[in-house]
Amino acid sequence: MPEAPIAVGISVGQALPPANSPPIAVAMSGGVDSSTVAAMLARQGRPVVGMTMQLWNQRRLPELAVEGAGAGRCCSLDDVYDARRVAEQIGIPYYVVNFERQFEEQVVKPFVAEYLAGRTPIPCTLCNNYIKFDRFLDMADSVGAHYMATGHYARVRCDPASGRYQLLRAVDESKDQTYFLFGLTQAQLARTLFPLGELNKSEVRDMARAMDLAVASKGDSQEICFVPNGDYAAFMDAYLKEKGVAVERATGEIVTTDGRTLGRHEGVHHFTVGQRKGLGIATGEPLYVIATDPASQRVTVGANDDLQRARLVAKEVNWISIAGLAPGATLRAEVKIRNKHAAAAATLRATDRADRVEVQFDDPQRAVTPGQGAVFYAGEIVLGGGWIE
Amino acid sequence: MQHFYFDHNATTPVDPEVLETAVTCLGQVYGNASSIHHFGQAAKQRLEAARRQVAALINASAAEIVFTSGGTEADNLAILGVTRASTATRKHFITCAIEHPAVISPAKQLGAEGVEITCLRVPSSGIVSPDDIQRALRPETVLVSIMHANNELGTLQPIAEIARTVHHAGAALHVDGVQALGKVPVDVESLGVDLYSMSGHKLYAPKGVGALYVRKGARMAPISYGGHHERDRRPGTENVPGIAAFGAAAELAGRRMAEDAERLTTLRDRLENAVLERIPGTGINGSRWNRVPNTSNLYFDGIDGEAMVIALDLRGFAVSTGAACSSGALSPSHVLKAIGLSDDRARASMRFSLGRGNTTAQVDALIEAIGSSVAHLRRISVHA
Repeated sequence: MPEAPIAVGISVGQALPPANSPPIAVAMSGGVDSSTVAAMLARQGRPVVGMTMQLWNQRRLPELAVEGAGAGRCCSLDDVYDARRVAEQIGIPYYVVNFERQFEEQVVKPFVAEYLAGRTPIPCTLCNNYIKFDRFLDMADSVGAHYMATGHYARVRCDPASGRYQLLRAVDESKDQTYFLFGLTQAQLARTLFPLGELNKSEVRDMARAMDLAVASKGDSQEICFVPNGDYAAFMDAYLKEKGVAVERATGEIVTTDGRTLGRHEGVHHFTVGQRKGLGIATGEPLYVIATDPASQRVTVGANDDLQRARLVAKEVNWISIAGLAPGATLRAEVKIRNKHAAAAATLRATDRADRVEVQFDDPQRAVTPGQGAVFYAGEIVLGGGWIE
Repeated sequence: MQHFYFDHNATTPVDPEVLETAVTCLGQVYGNASSIHHFGQAAKQRLEAARRQVAALINASAAEIVFTSGGTEADNLAILGVTRASTATRKHFITCAIEHPAVISPAKQLGAEGVEITCLRVPSSGIVSPDDIQRALRPETVLVSIMHANNELGTLQPIAEIARTVHHAGAALHVDGVQALGKVPVDVESLGVDLYSMSGHKLYAPKGVGALYVRKGARMAPISYGGHHERDRRPGTENVPGIAAFGAAAELAGRRMAEDAERLTTLRDRLENAVLERIPGTGINGSRWNRVPNTSNLYFDGIDGEAMVIALDLRGFAVSTGAACSSGALSPSHVLKAIGLSDDRARASMRFSLGRGNTTAQVDALIEAIGSSVAHLRRISVHA
C-alpha cells in the first residue's frame, strides 16, 4: 500500500514514546476514530498491537432484537470485521479480547442497580474506569505493551510544575469526551495516549480517507452501546428477566410537587430527572420529572422551573489535574452535569471528606440528575469530577 | 520473526506429499466423478483409490466410507441420520459433556425434535466411565456418541468397552474420531464401532474434506438431498482433489504413525516435564495416561490464558486456550469446566498440541517463552 503523505509528522498532542519502545496497544472498536489512531501510529513507525474488546454478547436477550440492528452497536460482528480489516490493511497484529464477564460485573450490573435505585447512571464512565483504562491496560501489559491509545477526543499532558498528568478538553469541542473520563487516575493517564485530541473530527475523517482506511465513511456510534435503540427500560426488563430476578411490579404514584396524585406508573426505573415524554398524563401545562424515590416508588413531577437547582453534592470525587482540596477549601470552576451541558460557573467547596465536594452554581441549573457525573473544569483543564448524589 | 506452530489439534499444515496429490488433481483431474466418459472415470478412479486408502487406515471396507465436507458434517450425518432413521416412537440418545460442539449441537437439535437426550458427566480424568454409559442406557436408546480422543485434553476414551456395553443394550455407537485418527491406531472392527467420524485437516490434508465410516448394514437417513453420490448417503459432486489428498494423508499416516507417536510423545513429555519442574502452580488437566501422544493441556494458576496466548503469539509461538466465539474472542473451555475445573483454573489453562514439524529446539524455545510469559503475567496480576 502506498504511504499517504498526510500521516507523516502529524501532531498528536502529546509526546509519543520513542519509536524503539515497547508496542502501543490500540483499543480498536472498528470505528473511524480508533482505526485512524492505529493507522497513524503504525505509519509513524511505532510498533502497534490492535485489540478489540468483546464486551457484550448481542445474541443475549433476544427479545431486544430489532430489525436492522447490529450496525453501530458494540461488539457486533460487523465492527470486529471492520477492525480486523483495518489491522490487516496497516499490517499490525490484531486480537479480539473477551471482557464480557468483567463488563457485566462492573458496568451492566451497576447500571441496572443505579436505575433501580432511582438514579440515572453513565455506563460509559464505568466502562472507562474499570474496563477500557483498567482491564485493557492490564491486557496491554500482559502482551508487553506499556502504552495504550484510544480514539477518544481528549488530551493528556504531564504538567512539569506539579508532575501531575493533566486531562484537557479536545480541541474539537463538539467531540470532546472528557466528561466521560473524569474517573481516570494518574497511573492510568500516565500510560494513555489520545492521539486525536488535537484534531477535528473532519480532519480525522480526511486522514482516514487519505490512508484509504475501509472505515473512513462509517457513521459514528450512538447511545449506550449495549442498549438497543436507547431503550434502557426495555433492556433492564429483559436483563432482569434473564437473571431470574423477580422485579416486583413496582408500580407507584405520580405526584406533583404540592402533593396531588396525578396517576400511576410502572416502576421508577422508567423515569429520569428532566424527562417530559412518557408520563402518560394529559394536563394543561407541560410536566417534567423532578425526582424519583425508589423507597416510596413515587415519581414527582412539576413545571420546568421546578427543575432548577443551584447546588449539588458530588461523591467519590476523583481529582486529576490537582491533588485535591483541603476540607473547607473552595475553588472556582466550571461544572458540567451531563455530557451535553454547557459548563456553568460554580464554587467548589470540599467537605470534611476528601472525596465529597459541594458545588454551588452561580446560577441555578436545569435537571441536576442523581447518578450522572459532575465534572469540574478550569478552562480546558479537567480538575476532576464525581457522581451527583 | 519466526513463528512456531503448536496448535496441531486446531489444524495441521498440509504435508508436502499430500499437497502434491492435491495440486495434481486440481490441475489435471477435473472430471465429474459421476460422468461416464474418460474424464469422469479418471476422477472416479481417484475417488475410489482414496476411499480404499481411508478405509485401510481404520480397517474398514471401502464401501463403508462416506466422504463429507469435514468432521462436523460427519458428526451431524451420523447423529441426525441414524437417530432419524429409527422408526421407534420413543427415542433416546446418549453423549457426554466433553464432546465437540459438532456433536453437542446436533444432539440439542435432536432434543428439539423430541428425542430424549442424556449428556453424561465426565470425571476429572477426562475419561468417560463405561459404567456410567451402562447406567444411562435404556431400551429406547437408539445411538450413543462418544469421542475417541478429546480435542482439548487428548484423553482417549475406552471405546471398545463402551461399544460392547452399547451393543449389549441393542443401541448403536458413533465415535467422533477426528482427534484420534493418525495419532493412534484405529481399527473399527476391534473397537466395534458402528460409525466413526474423520477429518482431513487434522491429518495433514487440506480443510474441507472428511469422512464417516458407516458399518455395513447400519441404517442412516441422509441429512441433505440431491443426487445419488456416496451410495445415496451424501449428495453433492465429490471434492476429488480434497478427497484424493485425504487418501494420500491417510496412507502417509499409516506409514508414519509409530514413528510420529514416539517422537511426539518424547517432545510432549519434554515440554510437560520442564514446565512442571520449573514453574510452580502448574499441572496437567485430565489424565496424564491414556492420551494421544501430541497433546498437553496445562494450567498456570494466576494467569489469564487469553493474555498468555496473545503474549506467546507476539513472541512467535502459536498455542491455544478455550473456545473461539464468532468474533474471534475466547471464552473458557466447556471441556475444562465439564471435568470440574474452577472458572479461574479453566481460564488459566492452555493447550499445546504438537505435530510433525516441531523439533526439540522449538520445544525448548517454547519452554523458555512459557517461563518468562508466566512470570510476567503473574507479576501483573499481583498488581491488578
